[in-house]
Amino acid sequence: MTLQTDLDSDASANVAADLPEDADQWTAKLRHAAVEALPPQRLMPDRQPAYVASWIYVFGVLTLAALAVVILTGMVLAVFGPTWWHVSSVGLFVNSLHLWSVEVFFFAMIVHLWGKFFMAAWRGRRRATWITGVVCFVVSVGAAFTGYLSQQNFDSQWISTQAKDGINSTGAGAIFNVTNFGQMLMWHIMLLPLVVVLLVGVHVLLVRRRGVVPPFADHPEMGSERPADNRPPANAEEKG
Amino acid sequence: MTTSPRTGARRRGHRFNPDRDVEEWHGKYYPYDLVKEFLLALVVVAVLVTGLAVVFSSPDEKPVTIKSWSTANPVDFAQTAITELDGTSATATYGPPYNSTPGASQSIWFFSPEKWLGVHHPIDTASADVIAPLKTLPGQPQLDTAIATYTSAPSAQQATWTAAYEKAVANASSEQGVLKVPSGGYGPVGTMIGSLTSMARSGALDGALLSSRQFYGTDYTKPLLFIADGTYLADLAQKQHLSGDQWGMMNETGNYPGQAWLWLYTLWYQVPPMNSSSSGDLQVWAVMMILTLLLVLLPFIPGLRSIPRWSRVYRLIWRRHYRDLASGAPGTGRGPPSVATLAP
Repeated sequence: MTLQTDLDSDASANVAADLPEDADQWTAKLRHAAVEALPPQRLMPDRQPAYVASWIYVFGVLTLAALAVVILTGMVLAVFGPTWWHVSSVGLFVNSLHLWSVEVFFFAMIVHLWGKFFMAAWRGRRRATWITGVVCFVVSVGAAFTGYLSQQNFDSQWISTQAKDGINSTGAGAIFNVTNFGQMLMWHIMLLPLVVVLLVGVHVLLVRRRGVVPPFADHPEMGSERPADNRPPANAEEKG
Repeated sequence: MTTSPRTGARRRGHRFNPDRDVEEWHGKYYPYDLVKEFLLALVVVAVLVTGLAVVFSSPDEKPVTIKSWSTANPVDFAQTAITELDGTSATATYGPPYNSTPGASQSIWFFSPEKWLGVHHPIDTASADVIAPLKTLPGQPQLDTAIATYTSAPSAQQATWTAAYEKAVANASSEQGVLKVPSGGYGPVGTMIGSLTSMARSGALDGALLSSRQFYGTDYTKPLLFIADGTYLADLAQKQHLSGDQWGMMNETGNYPGQAWLWLYTLWYQVPPMNSSSSGDLQVWAVMMILTLLLVLLPFIPGLRSIPRWSRVYRLIWRRHYRDLASGAPGTGRGPPSVATLAP
């Protein structure tokens, strides 16, 4: 079979998936659900409502940018192993990039969180967006904490011997041993970053699905008994 | 003027709740290049982080080893070692997950997860920190005899010897790094702790405490707990403003910013009853878990979810929108008369 034949075959498969007899196909159902929830114009809009005009909106994307730098610098540290940055000036520099990107990440995320709090950004069926954002913050604290434990220096010694009391008191110390360097390193470079990235992905998709929360209405008759439409406007971002 | 459907309010005539529902936006939309914004943010963050890394670098204080500790302060090492041998050290009396010391588990009333989950990293400090490492030393018949004498003696006799040594080592000194303990009736214990101190100063104890059943090891629980039982590590931490009463968990060595986001967690350790309770850690974690849960579930909690509206900080964030709204400027999609936008 040639490449062109493959492509033709794929195209006809896409068409076939929309045929009535394929309505029960899981793949087709999943694609339809995904496209319905996030049509391209909603997933990557090129318009935003006029009220999206404040510096506070920058901190969400700054958080994402800082996370990208955290992950990239962390990957470089992972390539050379945990001892590298202690014995190499280049390694120390990459570690410094990693440290400061974490500081910027948390600064931006906390400003973003407070900004969203004061906007009551959970309004209008955006509660899942808020929840994933807060959980993301909590998991990020854990990711940073295990990073501090994985430094293999005085700081990590002290933090682990102090933090063990809190962790142990919850019973978590039975499986989460903060004085076990190998275990903490695995959590830091594998498990927690994976959870953070997944949560950030879900969070961003939810932001795109629901859009940016509108301002408070500021109408005198707030709280009236009028019935309300529960549906979000279709492709709101397409309007301009 | 179009109507403004409200999202979030339930269909069956439920009241519009301004802290839960919104009036959907029917005003203007402006071009907004998200991809460009992200790439610009990436450049800004990369430049900022690079600048900070070049100017400030990052801290890397050398770790404390058993060797460095026993060399710098052999008296503190010996005073700690005897508490590991007689089972009175912080680790020996810790409780779960290291051992099952009665009454050592933290609890809030009946709630004691530490106790429920039990011992998962068993450490018998006398054996693990003192006797087993000493047994690895070859060609020391006097030490072998001392170990045999101690281990075969009744526990009451052992307690008499260790108590005598503890009393003597309290007045110990070091001359050129060599431990000098006043004489006393501590039987074989003097030989054992003296040999352990020498072993520590040679660096052999670091390896002995790390040794495990397999060749590779990454679990530093035993040496870390041993070091933390002494005062040497805590004294160094105090100088680096890292101890608990100095908000240590959120600090970093030197003048670097540490985990500043842990400020609230650290705050609770400074206030009563947590700062003096034997279950202070569990209390702090309980408070933090409740606060975290409240933050996660904030959109569902009446009163708390109204704080943003009451605070009116949103008027600052969306000041341009409200200014336009007040002036009836185009772009808001509403403008006076605003009542029209509430029509069903």
